[in-house]
Amino acid sequence: MSSPVSPSVDTSRAPTSQTVKNDPLPSDVAERIGGSITVQIDGRDVKVPMGTTLLEAAKRVGVRIPTLCHHPDLCVAGVCRVCVVEVEGQRGLQASCAYPVTSSMKVWTHTRKVRQARRHIIDLLLSTHHGECYSCKRNNNCELQALARECGVDHYRFGHVTESQCPIDRSSHAVVRDMDKCILCRRCVRTCIDMQEVGVLEAIGRSSQTRISTYLDLPLADVVCINCGQCINRCPTGALHANDSSDDVWRAIDDPTKHVVIQTAPSPRAAIGECFGCEPGTSMTYPMNTALRTVGFDKVFDTNFSADLTIVEEGTELLRRLHSALVLQQPVAFPQFTSCSPGWVKFLEHFYPEYIPNLSTAKSPQQMFGAVIKTYYAKQHGLDPKDIVTVALMPCSAKKFECNRPEMADSGFKDVDFGLTTREMAQMFKEAAIHLPDMPGSDFDDPFGTSTGSGVIFGATGGVMESALRMVLELVSGSPVEKLFEHANIVPVRGFEGVRYLEIPITQVSPKVPALLARVIPSFEFLKGATLKVAVAHGTANARRVMEDIKAGGKFSECHFIEFMGCIGGCIGGGGQPIPTSPEIRAARARALYQEDAVAVVRKSHENPAVLKLYEQFFTDGPGGHLSHGLLHTSYVARGKHIG
Amino acid sequence: MIPRDGKRTPLTFESITPGAGLTAALKLSRADLIAELAASKLRGRGGAGFPTATKWNLAAAARVQEGQHKYVVCNADEGEPGTFKDRVLLLDHADLVFEGMTIAARAIGARKGILYLRAEYIYMRRLLEAELIQRREAGLLGSAIGGLEGFDFDIAIRMGAGAYVCGEETALIESLEGNRGEPRNRPPFPVDTGFLRQPTVVNNVETLAAVAAIFAKGAAWFRAIGSEQSTGFKLFSVSGDCERPGVYEFPFAITIADLLSQVGGTNAKAVQVGGASGTCLPASEFGRRLAFEDAATGGSIIVFGPGRDMLLVAKNFMEFFVEESCGQCTPCRMGNVKLLEGIEMLERGECSSAYLSELFGLCETMQLASKCGLGQSSPNAFLSIMHGFRNEIMGRSPVPMRGER
Repeated sequence: MSSPVSPSVDTSRAPTSQTVKNDPLPSDVAERIGGSITVQIDGRDVKVPMGTTLLEAAKRVGVRIPTLCHHPDLCVAGVCRVCVVEVEGQRGLQASCAYPVTSSMKVWTHTRKVRQARRHIIDLLLSTHHGECYSCKRNNNCELQALARECGVDHYRFGHVTESQCPIDRSSHAVVRDMDKCILCRRCVRTCIDMQEVGVLEAIGRSSQTRISTYLDLPLADVVCINCGQCINRCPTGALHANDSSDDVWRAIDDPTKHVVIQTAPSPRAAIGECFGCEPGTSMTYPMNTALRTVGFDKVFDTNFSADLTIVEEGTELLRRLHSALVLQQPVAFPQFTSCSPGWVKFLEHFYPEYIPNLSTAKSPQQMFGAVIKTYYAKQHGLDPKDIVTVALMPCSAKKFECNRPEMADSGFKDVDFGLTTREMAQMFKEAAIHLPDMPGSDFDDPFGTSTGSGVIFGATGGVMESALRMVLELVSGSPVEKLFEHANIVPVRGFEGVRYLEIPITQVSPKVPALLARVIPSFEFLKGATLKVAVAHGTANARRVMEDIKAGGKFSECHFIEFMGCIGGCIGGGGQPIPTSPEIRAARARALYQEDAVAVVRKSHENPAVLKLYEQFFTDGPGGHLSHGLLHTSYVARGKHIG
Repeated sequence: MIPRDGKRTPLTFESITPGAGLTAALKLSRADLIAELAASKLRGRGGAGFPTATKWNLAAAARVQEGQHKYVVCNADEGEPGTFKDRVLLLDHADLVFEGMTIAARAIGARKGILYLRAEYIYMRRLLEAELIQRREAGLLGSAIGGLEGFDFDIAIRMGAGAYVCGEETALIESLEGNRGEPRNRPPFPVDTGFLRQPTVVNNVETLAAVAAIFAKGAAWFRAIGSEQSTGFKLFSVSGDCERPGVYEFPFAITIADLLSQVGGTNAKAVQVGGASGTCLPASEFGRRLAFEDAATGGSIIVFGPGRDMLLVAKNFMEFFVEESCGQCTPCRMGNVKLLEGIEMLERGECSSAYLSELFGLCETMQLASKCGLGQSSPNAFLSIMHGFRNEIMGRSPVPMRGER
């Protein structure tokens, strides 16, 4: 029977429920109301706070219960019924992921009934799951496959469909939907509606006609999908995967007339090892350079270089906005929003298009790099840009959409030809029989191999903000940023809390503006005594929260600069990263990035010698100048709230 | 609906003075009110038979969130095939139903009531709204009901949209909230976490009318009718191959044979007790009693005459469940389809004993692992017909395939 106390975990939600979020009972309150209960699982006793699910309780005592629709990042669904267990006194089996402990009980996890139920469920799912493992992207990394093996499936008890039932939706540059393989676990729905609060995917229809679909069953490219790919990361089967460009990249590599360069982002480096059996957070930066050359790339560049470039451009833009507003008294949109996350950018274009003026006009590091390669680099090396193919290795699925945006051709050619995800890169290595962890390390190629610690931490939520602050605070104050924050680690903007806020009083300003910025800002005097207010948000649900606060004139509307990342955890949790994902995995990946930053020789973007050289030789009128605006800045387009 | 053959006995509900129950209930403290209901041993009339007083007690004790309140919901979805007794109550005794809701509100401390009315009953909405207006004018709904300062309660009507699964209380609540009508995980139960996450009591139409009757005539009177574990009188909606189908009232624990003789169905081959999710009983079992402890039902009695093909009866029921499953959980969404396929194979004479065995195993899994009562009870029809009429089914000649003769 139900106790009069609400469980600490909300286990009652139907998967697509969008109603008021119930604040869970804080665990200290659970303790105070006498809420520590001993449960016996398979004969083992474990004491847990009231409201803990049986699944969680079992984990604590070392009992593993298989699951399918359960995911650590998502609300409880309880629809697959794989995790059912026998509870003493209950007639039916209970879903352990959804059953909260409210009194002492005895539980058995592998009785005849439980094993039969589990097996039946897999048999039922296999009866309509169309897709041969051999030709599936998730071969060897599929939860249905793993469960079938674990449950000892040796024949299709309830039959097996041999023909395709649904067409594949390949309309989107980023996400491909193969609904033949969908097992209706609702993870993608919970991800898109509950976790990201975008709301593109939903269960339509009833009973065996239930299908996961979009508004009016439109192709994914025509609805408000922001391409974040979080659904891909959480899909247990191959029903969702990224739009793979590796065949195109192989073709370019195999073409002797093409000069193929690749830029690699920091987040794939901290995660790609997972595809080769390494622990999350094992850095593969230098082995990967060797592997990439082995695969056939002509040059291997470091996206962190252009991340530093982005910081210089965006930091300058912030100072210019502040100057225009406070000194020239011009109407300027505040707060300034970061623009390097294409998922976030599309999110704003769909849901808050009136705030487009707030987006920094600076391109993302990926796109800046592409433009620079097909102009500056081509010229420097006497190459015809039409023979250069730029590939970007990103943790991101939205980057595939970004590089195909029509305005991303300032070089006169498609600035970035292809975006590859971490998973696709691992796949290419495997096709070349490369075992990444065994590769010897090697450095990036010049001239774009030099980067700073600031560039590295871009991949974690808060990283862009920290990099920008390191530059802005140091140049404005005229003294090293280490004086304000120990070791230049701006810890308050770090971490995984959904929204972070920081106020930095500017007590001293440098009497002289450095040459780099002199053309843009005559003096820093106007900032003396001001308080810089910044915020960081990750995941579009938190972005929505901040945007609603800004609309309502709340505290975030008074911020000067806000970093938004479309994905939870920042880029290390991107839609192109290895599967599976969880809070622990993302934390490990972020740790690897901050560690790389901590030991970096140069840790501030404005001290990157390669970046400074670029301004010297190419963008000669400095950051924010006419030349850089032509290649390194972009514009945005308002999109519809439901379609388009 | 009640056969008018001159020998009609009025329903007990017709003898209850409207308002008498509420007046008596409001004289009692909340605790005493629930205790009186407990003394009647009233069990839910929707089919599940949960002790009503226990449900109210849990809701009364449950905590409500800051600024929110508790709810009383009347489940008028009446979706079980063969059930049409709530229809009669709503048309002829809506006042008693609303009275029951008000008593429930008093017991648990609810401020709002909702009548969840099945879409197919839209034609009675105006009538019911008129009844509510009358009650508000008479001070039976609104603020300070019965002169009790602080007892504020009003009722709104919300329509369903044609889904059987929304008769399940948590799916009903989801539907009320504007979401897909898909059941929730339980625990927590609606008495603790219900409509808008607040404590909610969901009761059947007949249960609420019975509450009004109990408080009008006393728990002891009610308890004296029926059996020890199934007290009181029950409405039965009888349909099918019988001379006098309609809505009947009998005390609980009447035998099936007795009922059949009253409705003119003594030559029945089988009786489906409890609708599609109930059991199909062959003639050999007609000595069983209609009560929670024996052949339980929410009121649906379907009579099958000697000419009925029981496999087709089973097929009809499984087609119903395939259509009505919400589709959320694997065992029900896919299991019902497999059972229907199995029946079609039996029709064609293509079902091996071995595969039929597998299907029986699947039935057990569905009964144990489905997320809600629909999937848990849909195999009942399949199982009871297979076991009760095995010879007839296994011995029937296969239906010719299309084109074949």
